Amino acid sequence: MASQQSKRNTVRLKLPVQPGDLEGLEIGTVVYLDGVIYTGREGVYKKVLEQGADLPEGLVEMSNVNFHCSPAAAVEPDGRYSVGGVTATASFRFSKWMALWLKKSAAKIIIGKGGMSVEDYRDILVPAGAIYLTTVGYGTGALLGRGIKSVKAVHWLEELGNAQAMWIFEVENFGPFLVESDLEGNSLFEQQGKLINANLEQLYKGLQAPALSRYGETDDRKDELI
Amino acid sequence: MIDYQTIETAARQIMANAAIDIPPDYRQGIEDMAKWEEGDLSCFVLQTMMDNWNAASEDRRPMCADTGLPRYYVKVGNNARLTDGFTGLERALRSATALATHDVPLRPNRVHPLWRTDHNNNVGINSPEIDWSFEPDVDWIDITTVHKGGLFGSDYRMLFPGDGIDGIKRFFLDTLVAFGKRGLACQPAIVGIGLGGSKDITMVLGKQAACLRVVGDRNPDPKIAELELELKKMGNSIGMGAMGFVGNAMVADCHIEVGYTHTGGMPMSVHTFCLSSRRATVRIHADGTAEYRHDPEWFTPYMRRETVEWPVSKASETRSV
Repeated sequence: MASQQSKRNTVRLKLPVQPGDLEGLEIGTVVYLDGVIYTGREGVYKKVLEQGADLPEGLVEMSNVNFHCSPAAAVEPDGRYSVGGVTATASFRFSKWMALWLKKSAAKIIIGKGGMSVEDYRDILVPAGAIYLTTVGYGTGALLGRGIKSVKAVHWLEELGNAQAMWIFEVENFGPFLVESDLEGNSLFEQQGKLINANLEQLYKGLQAPALSRYGETDDRKDELI
Repeated sequence: MIDYQTIETAARQIMANAAIDIPPDYRQGIEDMAKWEEGDLSCFVLQTMMDNWNAASEDRRPMCADTGLPRYYVKVGNNARLTDGFTGLERALRSATALATHDVPLRPNRVHPLWRTDHNNNVGINSPEIDWSFEPDVDWIDITTVHKGGLFGSDYRMLFPGDGIDGIKRFFLDTLVAFGKRGLACQPAIVGIGLGGSKDITMVLGKQAACLRVVGDRNPDPKIAELELELKKMGNSIGMGAMGFVGNAMVADCHIEVGYTHTGGMPMSVHTFCLSSRRATVRIHADGTAEYRHDPEWFTPYMRRETVEWPVSKASETRSV
């Protein structure tokens, strides 16, 4: 029931996070952020990691939170930015860039949609001392938009477009997010998925297989597609 | 006569309405689900989404920053007359899209598939898409805009008559389970199913069923209506809720649309709309007045007609049966 939400553990984190801030944060905890975050997805990763562009000056000192998202934002004729909201995009697609990105940017929090695989947590995020926060819903664009206090800078806007540019935001009470992967690499999605998988056999019982099969896909419904 | 400026102004307005205000039928559907959802994480998600809709409406900001692929469905009355014709209507909708992208603001999502060129206005080659339909004996036009994401939650499969209702159920479950994990489908959602037609039309019917019918609406064929309710119940018994967390709230409603298909086949598509089910409609009358609403009323008896003649006469019924 809806009333149960009040029971969820909730924390506010000041950014950039310091060593020790993330210790003891359990999966399923509700998190709000205060400080500076930046957006970065395939456009930025390609730019920096494949084409060798330098990180914006001061980024590493200013923020260690990388949000996989793009804002609904417009540039006004006087050069100001109006930001309506932000909504995450699915993180699993960025797996191949994350190890190098975490090294280069020293990011300690990745925010996105849908999490990453437990192997990615184990091999990439955990060694880098990083956790993963998932957005809720996933369409809480308006709530997150409320938490954005200002646009500190936008990088590669002309070249990459609004959606792929790196936006640096000053945020306050920015959330909610859920801890999906902690410092040990425990995953909320994995934990929940296991519980759900237990019911699947029963669900499909008696439903005959279709006449025509398809190549290259898993038949095991306990598998994930990411 | 309906003029260009009237269309552009009304289309800008529905772009904003869709982006900001959750349709009341869907809100009610989710409020009802939140009452019986027992998974506490799933319930937390539903509650947060309702907070988000409130924040969007209060602040007049988009409920979801992923604009999806904003596009249009236009129903033209057979007696409607447009000062600038149909290409004028298309231009007005492109212009409204570009203007609304800046004004709301909406995220410019549309890029060239290969070169990733972004005009920053959600306009480009073949976009926004416009689906057309017609309505006899009236002189208005209805314009509906839908902003729906498109990366996950939809799938197509060629089934065969021998696969039967089992095949339909199985593919329905497959799609929900596959894309429901981690909540990639942004459930609970209105799920649309297209059955029949040619492959492309199967996809179109399923998408329209998800996006252009409201929660609580039933297909006029009583047996299809029954199947809609059965699939809805089945989807809500997977044991999965919002974001793929333990729970039951997956399907806000299930809508099936059919088209006559190849005698040897039963093509099927499944489309999940999302927790930010963005749609808005305007009717522009011949005198230029605009009426805004949330129910697209897309599938009219005329659209679902089975015979050559309309309205159906006794003679034509006999002939086509």
